[in-house]
Amino acid sequence: MTTTSTPPATVPAAGPPAGPPDRPFQNRFRIPAAFLLGAVLLVGVAPLVLSDFRLGLLAKYLCYGIVAVGVSLAWGRGGLLVLGQGVFFGLGGYAMAMHLKLADAAATGQPLPDFMQLYGTEGGLPWWWQPFANPAFALAMTVLLPMAVAALLGVLVFRRRVKGAYFAILSQALAAALAIWLVGQQATTGGTNGLTDFQGFFGYDLNDPVNQRMVYVIIAIVLLLLMALARQLFVSRYGELLIAVRDSEERVRFLGYNPANVKLVAYVVAAGMAGLAGALFVPAVGIISPALIGIVPSIGFVIGAAVGGRASLVGAVLGAIAVAWAQSTLSDAWPAGWTYLQGLLFVVAVGFLPGGLASLTTVLRRRRSTDGVRATKGVTA
Amino acid sequence: MTVILNQSFTGVSIGAVLLLIALGLTLTFGQMGVINMAHGEFIMAGAYTTYVLQKPIENAGISLLLALPVAFLVAGSMGALLEWLLIRRLYARPLDTLLVTWGVSLMLQQLARDVFGAPNVQTTAPDLLTGSVSVAGVTLANSRLFILGFALLCVCGLAAILRVTPLGRRIRAVVQNRDLAEVSGIATGRVDRTTFFIGSGLAGMAGVALTLIGPIGPTTGTNYIVDAFLVVVVGGIGRLRGAVITAFVLGLLQSVLEYSTTVSVAKVVVLVGIVAFLQWRPQGLYTVRTRSLV
Repeated sequence: MTTTSTPPATVPAAGPPAGPPDRPFQNRFRIPAAFLLGAVLLVGVAPLVLSDFRLGLLAKYLCYGIVAVGVSLAWGRGGLLVLGQGVFFGLGGYAMAMHLKLADAAATGQPLPDFMQLYGTEGGLPWWWQPFANPAFALAMTVLLPMAVAALLGVLVFRRRVKGAYFAILSQALAAALAIWLVGQQATTGGTNGLTDFQGFFGYDLNDPVNQRMVYVIIAIVLLLLMALARQLFVSRYGELLIAVRDSEERVRFLGYNPANVKLVAYVVAAGMAGLAGALFVPAVGIISPALIGIVPSIGFVIGAAVGGRASLVGAVLGAIAVAWAQSTLSDAWPAGWTYLQGLLFVVAVGFLPGGLASLTTVLRRRRSTDGVRATKGVTA
Repeated sequence: MTVILNQSFTGVSIGAVLLLIALGLTLTFGQMGVINMAHGEFIMAGAYTTYVLQKPIENAGISLLLALPVAFLVAGSMGALLEWLLIRRLYARPLDTLLVTWGVSLMLQQLARDVFGAPNVQTTAPDLLTGSVSVAGVTLANSRLFILGFALLCVCGLAAILRVTPLGRRIRAVVQNRDLAEVSGIATGRVDRTTFFIGSGLAGMAGVALTLIGPIGPTTGTNYIVDAFLVVVVGGIGRLRGAVITAFVLGLLQSVLEYSTTVSVAKVVVLVGIVAFLQWRPQGLYTVRTRSLV
């Protein structure tokens, strides 16, 4: 095995001001300033200038952006090719959707959610639906359930040093299995149709445009908070360790760390983020179904991050948003063209620009900043 | 008793299909550590080859026999082209290869949709293969028997190539230790391309066999690809024996579980079983022993 010979100069300092030493002042404020600008644009400007329809679409794209934050952490920094993020997105989404369905039913005085009456479920509400009537439980589950599943799979897989392609295939198979299972249990999960047609959202009417705008603002704030959290993780000691595991797992092991735990944290946090994204997706878009969480959408979660730049947080999020935008814009007008373009994106972005668009400026400028080197190096895992 | 036998036969024939598909994968994945997600589309290419050949050739039997070598060449050339254009540039990054070939697979699927149309198409099976024989109260469909026989033939053929021919010796050398093979004067690049040709060609022949089971469409390959990868992961890379055992075990397991529960539950249980199995043998059933840490 040939180890990547990383020049020591590219290893950044662990402290928060990670910029080049020649311009410390500028760099110290650049990132918070950019973050603030993004926050103002997303939360302040966008709801004012965009129509209800466009804002709804943007809310959907931002949900994919939230997933991309986790993908950037697990894949970009940890080298874990997470091909099954749809599972966690789906678990979060279904947890939220089940609560909304039960709340709708309770509001109209029905004993069962509408689709269950349609399929004639016998024996009343299934036991595993019942706790989701409690809003606090359902909200907690949107994050905890994906994290628990990820932790279980992660412990089993990482402890036994199953990695690389094997891990990717397993996570993909998990996505396939969940989607197939959901389709099979039509009476209790809504089957292929999924759960849809939500009326209220914790007491607010979802058909009211004002409340839809409120959902958008919540999503934007969650995205910003998670990006801030991920950035803190990136620059922490843990973030350094994660990159070390990605680039040379054996060396980290010889240094006395357990790479399994390092990878597990990244995987579980990414799963929690995907779960939260799924939960927010439900009120914003109004549906969660197996078609949104199977193999194809799961890989779709990765492509956005790959296009924007997997190791760069902002790049990954913007990439995910851009790809989602391109998909909904193009796939209506010219479905075949979109599929070709999507395939081409995979080939070009991953094959020839592994650092994504975020590395383009650095590649062009030939001034390899810390992020540029990180992004292009050591993505072998 | 009849039920058990019937289910066993179903399981064995599911296993035979899995084996046919996974054979090519073990070869390419085993030798190069490359995950070729477009493998499923080579299966599709083989299936459509049969469909195309049936247009000018009326006799279904002749066209089927003709389709086997033609599909091998068509899918094999596609594979060799893919290897030459993309995969050989990405050897250092196997995970990225997975995503790149997924992109290729998307484009090939769309191409099939544009050329042959989105709905599935049906091919005519030869009369000889449409019937069934009854043994001890168990109905054995001729087409399933044919696939079983064909899968075993492919395994034996591939094993023979790997064991006795000079090409097979070179392939084995590269699988075991690429660097050492290279310093011994083996042109590893050329061996890789040949391996890819054979592996993809096998996928094409698997596609021909699939036309006997049901209608074929642009997503024919994708439906099987994840299961086939699981066979390779469990069987251990680079070993035919592992793939053969795993394919039949998974096939039997699937058919038994489908009988006692439902299709969807069976899929989930099989996956859980695989994760549990990897706890016991993380490198798969059989593995090429090397001194590397990975």
